[in-house]
Amino acid sequence: MKIHEYQARNLFRKYGIPVPDGVVCHSVEEVLEKVPNDDKLRVVKAQVHVGGRGKAGGVKLAKTKEEAVEKAKQILGMDIKGLTVEKVLVADAVDIEKEFYVGLINDRNAKAVTLMASAEGGVEIEEVARVSPEKIIKMAIDPTMGLMDWQARKIALQLFSDPKEVRQAAAILVKLYKLYVESDSSLAEINPLVLTPDGQVLAIDGKMNFDDNALYRQKEILKMREVTEDEQKEIDANEKGLSYVKLDGNIGCMVNGAGLAMATMDMIKLYGGEPANFLDIGGSSNPQKVVDAMNILLSDKNVTAVMINIFGGITRCDDVARGLVTALTEIKTEIPVVIRLSGTNAKEGLEIIKDYGLPTVSTMSEAAQKAIELSQK
Amino acid sequence: MSILINKDTKVLVQGITGRDGAFHTSKMLDYGTNIVGGISPGKGGSDVGGVPVFNTVEEAVKATGANASVIFVPAPFAGDAILEASYAGVELVVCITEHVPVQDMIKVTPVLKRNGTKLVGANCPGLITPEECLIGILPAMIFKKGNIGLISRSGTLTYEVVNMLTENGLGQSTCVGIGGDSVSGLYFIDLLERYEKDPDTDAVVLIGEIGGDAEEQAAAFIKEKMTKPVVAFIAGQSAPPGKRMGHAGAIISSGAGTAEEKVKAFNEAGVPVAKEPNQIPGLVKEKLGL
Repeated sequence: MKIHEYQARNLFRKYGIPVPDGVVCHSVEEVLEKVPNDDKLRVVKAQVHVGGRGKAGGVKLAKTKEEAVEKAKQILGMDIKGLTVEKVLVADAVDIEKEFYVGLINDRNAKAVTLMASAEGGVEIEEVARVSPEKIIKMAIDPTMGLMDWQARKIALQLFSDPKEVRQAAAILVKLYKLYVESDSSLAEINPLVLTPDGQVLAIDGKMNFDDNALYRQKEILKMREVTEDEQKEIDANEKGLSYVKLDGNIGCMVNGAGLAMATMDMIKLYGGEPANFLDIGGSSNPQKVVDAMNILLSDKNVTAVMINIFGGITRCDDVARGLVTALTEIKTEIPVVIRLSGTNAKEGLEIIKDYGLPTVSTMSEAAQKAIELSQK
Repeated sequence: MSILINKDTKVLVQGITGRDGAFHTSKMLDYGTNIVGGISPGKGGSDVGGVPVFNTVEEAVKATGANASVIFVPAPFAGDAILEASYAGVELVVCITEHVPVQDMIKVTPVLKRNGTKLVGANCPGLITPEECLIGILPAMIFKKGNIGLISRSGTLTYEVVNMLTENGLGQSTCVGIGGDSVSGLYFIDLLERYEKDPDTDAVVLIGEIGGDAEEQAAAFIKEKMTKPVVAFIAGQSAPPGKRMGHAGAIISSGAGTAEEKVKAFNEAGVPVAKEPNQIPGLVKEKLGL
């Protein structure tokens, strides 16, 4: 799950990480109402769940309140990488002496939370990592101890020289780690972390993502969730125990198991078709899941054929077959469906499908080719 | 021989009284897995299909001498179940549960290391040494004893491939589903090392997917250390970047973890990569000169 910059800033504040003052506004009227009438330099920033806002023209400086209103007018409603800007953050601009990057991630190789820091702040860290990986300092954190003060100091000492600055930076790192762990984050970045000419260390821009599997115990974080229409579909699917990702093709896929679902998409593509989605009906064999899955698939108007690919392990094929029959009876769709069942109780499952009068195929390649053929009719 | 499990493995089922736990316990028993006990706090003293139930893993290990356990408890409790098994001295823990929070897996990692516990999963289908021992939710009837090792990040895709291997007369030594999460227990290299040493394994099939760089690391390991042939498949060639494809680990981020890079790494290590799963048996036969 992603949150906006202003929400990350709020979390930073809550944990004592210093950020410049700012207000979030949904409309030009709100900017008029909330931004003080002075000549302070401010920055107006689009709040959308994608990177590269600056390049897209979604971040602008404003010297006066009038200018802030003017810039907000330009940015609100703007389209950035397919997302409409519905909110802007109007924050105090600060003088910058130097910019840094600090971030925390779950490192799959170290099997630990890893702290990354770089004196090359303000730019995309992926770019730094690609071009000059030696400029990124990395440190894996022992989960039983957390980020220890000496570790934070060690990192801070590599970025700052003045003892006062080192102390501020180290404290920020410890606080960021605490926030990261307590909120089940999967990414927490301060980029840039800046040093001002008067020796203050501040978080200017923040980005945080959270582990979807832990949202059940993160009620406060969950309240911050904002989703697009497509994402809403994915979340609805998740709540029903399905994982769904919408794609641009026309062949709807219903598969059990993420790996097989990916391989099914690959197969459709290999034979010249385009998958409409990734849909994994998951580990349990509840017939209701199949009904829900069919409903989600068929709500995508691009779908002209459906390929159901089930290899039964924990998901028993007879349960899937019963669910399919229930769903198809309920939905009464004109869209052709190709069903392939194999594995646990496959024989019983195939009997149920045959009795209902639907065609079945035995291999994945056959199913993919059949689905492509039917989708073109 | 085989790797990790054999006919002498004594297995406990954590969460044996749940729907999935009970169902798969009966399937494992049917296969001949030596299930010596189950754990369900508060239900100690009862039994599930003849398997004695204990309140704690510690009690169960003391009473039965179990050296492996399989976990079916819900995600919020799975991390704790792994820790309980590890502290009770269980050597091999297999966590079937999906949707376990990453922080929970990160927390158990140093404990497993300290206690010398081997973990498979979470979010995995388990493992099998055909005709000897099945731990997890794998559909038994597709497996056949033989000399092909198999490692996979997927569940059902594994079954698909095993089925094809078996139909083509290629039986298996041990098949391990390592799970689709980003932070897991044993991974490709841990298992490749074991297969290399196992006299009953002649070749290995590796089923990877997009996300992370474990396949690239495996390719480097194969190039340097393996004498036995390896055949690979990568799922998710058609997946768009930035989207999580069901498995928490299956996400292409900032151009890293793409199928393309993985295929390239394998090819450079002399590992053929199948374009679709049904090419795998042919590639294995070719490598073995069959």
